[in-house]
Amino acid sequence: MPNKTFFWFFLPTGLAMILFIGLPIISTGIQSFYAQHDQVVKEVKKCDPFGCTVSIVVDNEETSKIREAKPLGKFNGFGTYTDRNHLAVDEIKKFWNETESFSAFVDQVTNLPFYKALIFTLTYCLFVTPNVLLLGFIIALSLNAVARKIRGPLIFGTILPMIVTPLVGSLVLFWMIDSQGIIGANIQNLMNDPYLSLKSSKTLTWITIIIYGIWHHSPFAFVVFYAALQTVPQEPVEAAIIDGASRFQRIKHIVLPHIYPVVTFVALISLMDNFRVFEPIIGFSAEGSAQSLSWLIYDNLVNEEVILFGSAAATSMMTIIGIAILLAPVLIRTWKEFKTAR
Amino acid sequence: MDYGLDTKSTRLKTFNTIFIITWLLIACFPFIWTFWGSFKVRADFFSRSDWWYAISAFNTLIETGGKFTTNAYTQAWTEGEFWKASKNTIIVTVFVVSISLFLGTLGAYALSRSTEKYAFWILMAALIFRAMPHITLVSGYLFPFFELQIWGILPTTIVVLVAINQPFTLWLLYSFFKTVPKELDESALIDGCSYFQAFRHIIMPVMWPGVITAGLFSLMLAYNDFTVTALLLNQENHTMVPKIQSYLGTNQHEGNLMWAVSAVVSATAPLFMLVMFFQRQVISGLTAGAVKG
Repeated sequence: MPNKTFFWFFLPTGLAMILFIGLPIISTGIQSFYAQHDQVVKEVKKCDPFGCTVSIVVDNEETSKIREAKPLGKFNGFGTYTDRNHLAVDEIKKFWNETESFSAFVDQVTNLPFYKALIFTLTYCLFVTPNVLLLGFIIALSLNAVARKIRGPLIFGTILPMIVTPLVGSLVLFWMIDSQGIIGANIQNLMNDPYLSLKSSKTLTWITIIIYGIWHHSPFAFVVFYAALQTVPQEPVEAAIIDGASRFQRIKHIVLPHIYPVVTFVALISLMDNFRVFEPIIGFSAEGSAQSLSWLIYDNLVNEEVILFGSAAATSMMTIIGIAILLAPVLIRTWKEFKTAR
Repeated sequence: MDYGLDTKSTRLKTFNTIFIITWLLIACFPFIWTFWGSFKVRADFFSRSDWWYAISAFNTLIETGGKFTTNAYTQAWTEGEFWKASKNTIIVTVFVVSISLFLGTLGAYALSRSTEKYAFWILMAALIFRAMPHITLVSGYLFPFFELQIWGILPTTIVVLVAINQPFTLWLLYSFFKTVPKELDESALIDGCSYFQAFRHIIMPVMWPGVITAGLFSLMLAYNDFTVTALLLNQENHTMVPKIQSYLGTNQHEGNLMWAVSAVVSATAPLFMLVMFFQRQVISGLTAGAVKG
């Protein structure tokens, strides 16, 4: 296709992506170097028969004037990145000097908002992704052994958790697991502990959200693996059966190598999706004990008093860097393949 | 695997059946339970005293005189203004799907027919864009949108959702266009068609399955979106998903939690119906990128 034709065909979608994906990333970058204005204060002298007092009040007029003149806020450089709510450089130095043991230091650091969120996000990715691959694969194998006629409805049932939006999915589970729901109440009875509830313990909340993640993402892995299983050639499998290979050996040496590219694809997509975990935290109302990077951004953006653009932007930039690190191996590999292909 | 040579022991078969039934229960029961519970009063579905009330409908009988009640639905749809939210969702979904498909088919067709190096880089860029968490993009939008005073209205959200959706649509349609033989449009070009005419009259008619799949995914994205709609729309223009969240926030009202339950059912039912109808297309879409490489 000639370049000119290509240009006109691609222009609309290219423009949409540049304007609403490319530019916002730049806009986020710029915003992250600014912080909201401090409130302007003035001294007010009040005199009455008993003497004069000087009090400091917020000058609303001046404050809004400055805000209007410079809506982006004041220039803060990397100040937002290093403050307590983000990388917390000073605090970490302080903890390093003051705490006696290394574990106490780690304890202090993991209580800082950004590191807390980072650890939750990574834990979530680390537990959900492999389990999604495993469960998805087992379901695919298992459904593949069922008679063809009844597979349709079974597949429909299997993909339900995936097609609902994460907020709805987590709500539906939360209403069951909550202490007043069917599962929660029965667990209380079983454990004989009337105060046992999801919100009472951080570990329980984390486990619940991770289980939710596996429940929500496994169907995707299943669908892709199931389709891949249909393409496994019959002859090597039959040869292996004649040679006396066990079912496990067949899967390990014939099926898995065949669908290996698909496994990496699913792992990548599911890692990318898990890294932005956010809606389940709202659905499970777990803000108290589990916060993710995306949730931190959301929290800054729905701040009641003044929207913390700078703070949200700084967290966003660091999230984007995180995504870049996750994607780097794939991009490098594709680039190498592309180079050798040429 | 269904091979003639492969004989399965009865034990394995039983185990397999049990596993599938267990999994289906885990996958589907939460939805069935929520559907069932949406016809009860709050004191039954969220019972403090006995979870069995949700089945025996103890309080529902006392409060409404019947075992099932549709109060939660009527209240949520009228008082809770869920009708407005569903109207907004329909507007957003229809526009997002049609604009997405229009832009996406043009772009993906060009990408699939280009032999230049930049086509590869564009696809890579789209992959990176696909990986961006939506909330980071939203944090980039908010400030400029406030300044331009286009925050809170439906058209802005529609354009944003279309753009966010483009990378995935491009990849999906690209893999579909690749399966349409080049000779088809080349012969049309030789016959004197322009590229656009070839695209319009020769390629599009054979592309319907792919277009339907891409449309379904755009629809699911627009219909299910929470991040963008919750932060870029004002109260008045909220779509269904942020509306459900707003019912959770205000717990003072006795009925509100049940509004959320009935709203969840109302929002999920059309989606399930759609997927049941188009199951084949959904699955072919999910696997298009993976299996064909």
